[in-house]
Amino acid sequence: METTETKYQKYLPKDYKSEIAVRWCPGCGNYAILNCLHKALAELNISPHNTAVISGIGCSSRLPYYMNTYGFHTIHGRAAAIATGVKVANPALSVWVATGDGDSLAIGGNHFIHALRRNVDINIILFNNKIYGLTKGQYSPTSARGFISKSSPYGTVEDPFRPAELCFGARGTFFARAIDVDMKTQVEVMVEAARHKGASVVEVLQNCVIFNNGIHNKISDRAWKDDNTVTLKQGEKMIFGKENNKGLVLDGWNLKAVTIGEDGYTLDDVLVHDATTKDNTLHMKLALMDTADNLPVALGVIRNVDAPTYEREYERQIAEVQQRTPRKSFTEFLLASPNVWKVK
Amino acid sequence: MPTNAVVTDIKQVTIRFSGDSGDGMQLSGTIFSTLSAIFGNEIATFPDFPAEIRAPQGSLHGVSGFQVRIGAKDVYNSGDKTDVLVAMNPAALKVNTPFLKKGSIVLFDTDSFQKKDLDKALFQTQDPFKELSLDHVQPIGVAITSMTRSSLEGSGLENKEMLRCKNMFALGIVCWLFNRPLEIADKLLKQKFSKRPKIVEANIKVLTDGYNYGNNIHLTASTYRIEPIEASKGFYTDVNGNTATAYGLIAAAEKAGLPLFLGSYPITPATDILQELVKRKDFGVKALQMEDEIAGITSSIGAAFAGSLAATSTSGPGLALKSEALGLAVITELPLVLIDVQRSGPSTGMPTKSEQTDLNQALYGRNGESPLVVMAAASPTDCFECAFTASKIALEHMTPVILLTDGYIANGSSAWKIPNMEHYPEIKPPFVENQFSGDASAWSPYLRNKETLVRYWGIPGKPGYMHRIGGLEKDLLTGIISSNPENHQQMVHIRQQKIDNIARYIPEQEVLGDRDADTLIVGWGGTYGHLLEAMLHIRDNGRKVAYAHFRHISPLPANSHDLLRRYKKVIVAEQNNGQFASYLSGKFPDLHTICKYNKVEGQPFKVIELVEAFTHMMENK
Repeated sequence: METTETKYQKYLPKDYKSEIAVRWCPGCGNYAILNCLHKALAELNISPHNTAVISGIGCSSRLPYYMNTYGFHTIHGRAAAIATGVKVANPALSVWVATGDGDSLAIGGNHFIHALRRNVDINIILFNNKIYGLTKGQYSPTSARGFISKSSPYGTVEDPFRPAELCFGARGTFFARAIDVDMKTQVEVMVEAARHKGASVVEVLQNCVIFNNGIHNKISDRAWKDDNTVTLKQGEKMIFGKENNKGLVLDGWNLKAVTIGEDGYTLDDVLVHDATTKDNTLHMKLALMDTADNLPVALGVIRNVDAPTYEREYERQIAEVQQRTPRKSFTEFLLASPNVWKVK
Repeated sequence: MPTNAVVTDIKQVTIRFSGDSGDGMQLSGTIFSTLSAIFGNEIATFPDFPAEIRAPQGSLHGVSGFQVRIGAKDVYNSGDKTDVLVAMNPAALKVNTPFLKKGSIVLFDTDSFQKKDLDKALFQTQDPFKELSLDHVQPIGVAITSMTRSSLEGSGLENKEMLRCKNMFALGIVCWLFNRPLEIADKLLKQKFSKRPKIVEANIKVLTDGYNYGNNIHLTASTYRIEPIEASKGFYTDVNGNTATAYGLIAAAEKAGLPLFLGSYPITPATDILQELVKRKDFGVKALQMEDEIAGITSSIGAAFAGSLAATSTSGPGLALKSEALGLAVITELPLVLIDVQRSGPSTGMPTKSEQTDLNQALYGRNGESPLVVMAAASPTDCFECAFTASKIALEHMTPVILLTDGYIANGSSAWKIPNMEHYPEIKPPFVENQFSGDASAWSPYLRNKETLVRYWGIPGKPGYMHRIGGLEKDLLTGIISSNPENHQQMVHIRQQKIDNIARYIPEQEVLGDRDADTLIVGWGGTYGHLLEAMLHIRDNGRKVAYAHFRHISPLPANSHDLLRRYKKVIVAEQNNGQFASYLSGKFPDLHTICKYNKVEGQPFKVIELVEAFTHMMENK
């Protein structure tokens, strides 16, 4: 579809902000995500009228109301499928999905994996607070085994999904992770997600101040963040730590966190991040790193691979067919079809 | 082609090709009906096949049939009983025995009526005709299998490929019997197997040999001729209901100047709509096979939001899965066409059998007060008109529309005069920029046209009209989320009123037959052909009777109440337990004249039964 933009305009974060008062709980991590999205869109300079933000149901999914863009707050779990329709219908739009761990990984799991498999060019921001907030505190598909909640008073007896694992299992081409309090990384990965042609997942580890306060503290708290996370950058060494002296190395088939200069490890041993390798084995290992295994949690763009996008391939097929067969009116088409006879 | 000396003129004939689901009976039937249509007869077809793709060979539940009724005129349905049965095996004979008219010709393959075949069809004796008490039919045994094989000797085809051609030998005999020109069949076969010239050649050879065989040995005393109809001038083709539905959507998109989007998921008997539209990339159609029924409708809702003519196609179980999303389309007031090709239920039911049991689901199957438009198509070609009209209503009134068709009209075909689209009405969606151009700030997403109560359509990509919609209740003026009680009451009222208003934009309900009769027959959907013929029979029997067939169900045509009140007796006939009858009673509580005729067998109505039942009901005071 044509855009009617006539002159260059530089957009500011406030241009993406709607006039509606934001109604999340005070201290909710969603505020930061919203601000980061405003900033990322301004950095990308995508015009608000060419932006569509689609959401499902849950706290996260109220986000479109706070955007001065086209917005659609839909039904539980279906945002990825609706966004697929929007993007395929008009590939010129920048299409975003705001969703939560319950919305996309439980009731909407099917749409989530198939949107990734198709590689339709939508940007999914997955707010992961490991809890159902809007229904007031039930465990979610990302809650850890044994997690006690209103719907699991004795602790859950099921293992959680790890979003990255699901994303790679569905052949996702882009996965990034950020923490709600780390606005810089968030904006960076959102910008990268938008630039990626294909389905992008940005997992934001988000704090639910009311029902799951502090769930990400081990990595979000300043006291531990530097030692417990590594922010991956394309083409750079995987270095982390308060002193910036820790690194990730390969130890057999596994990743290992080492201190540079100790146990014989030098900077040369530290791995260089490449998000663009087609093989996702190392991306998977990086994405699943956990402090419980003495490994830092990976942040930043973990996987970013080029692949044909669904909506462009669809348009390419249409163009090819139309090139082969000259455009007809509907009546002309019928008259030219087989089994036509004339009554005189 | 040489023809028999004795040719009898007849007005109509019903023929059923029947055999194993792998015997090619659907193909023989399709070719015969298409060539009859091209020849100039009226046709109505009824493919009746099992849900299993290849049931055990020769078994009773594996029988697949294709019934075609052809006539010089007045072919309203595919016929109750058959004049000619082609039975490729004993199971086909047994299954179709109840449908044989007195004096029917039964053409059967003697090669496949051997002991082992009879055993498979659970016959106790070696004489199936006697065992079935078929003393009133004319059995004509032909060694179809062995003659097919010898016809193709030296063709280089493998035995299996040769045997696949035996349906053509049977078709050849039928073509001889009804004096059909083989040239048309040859052409159709060439189209069907265009990429396999060897197969085309073999099929044509066997077809011709079958024809000549009938002719040479004078298989029957007489052959039959059905004169071509005097149809109105123009170009014709034959079309089944699913294809016609797909075409209606394409025609509407062209008229509206919008891209067409279909989100769907394979489901019997609706899949052909998806399969037709994925082919139509020449029209720029975007038809997506999604991951499930819910994604089928929700991707369409996304496309509607983004400015397409959006549709989704399904059958009953799929409609059940789509109901929450339909509610979203209702509250966001987006245009959407949902086609439900009804089949037998509940649950998986009988997927390949047809009935009208989804009306309640279409009308009421959502949470909340959730009004939308419901329409029903009457015949294969009417599917085109209805899909066009459904699209027009959806786009101009910003509402989801459910179009009910059914398996019978979806798979059945009839001749269709190619429409001249210039004679079809304009489709003008309420684009926001047409109404609020230059002053976008005066607009909010739920402001309405005062007369129609339709909101305006703001499509992403246009500067100035950025807005948010969603499943939460909105303030009727600002479009901002609202749980204000008075506002909700008003919105509930407005959404209903908007649908009710559509009655002003649809035609008044017509009455066929004797308008001044005491009794009115009422029907809707795919039973049209049977009910019409029943009505004509009753009139031929010297009774006055009227008939109203409803295309528009929600809202009903504006004159519905006045019309129904005129009759002392209103017989509502439907293939369910009385869903439309209950709906009418609910709408018009003063109407105490309704009697119901209901039959839910997964089979088309039988005209003879309708005539008998209606006559009986008319006699009872």
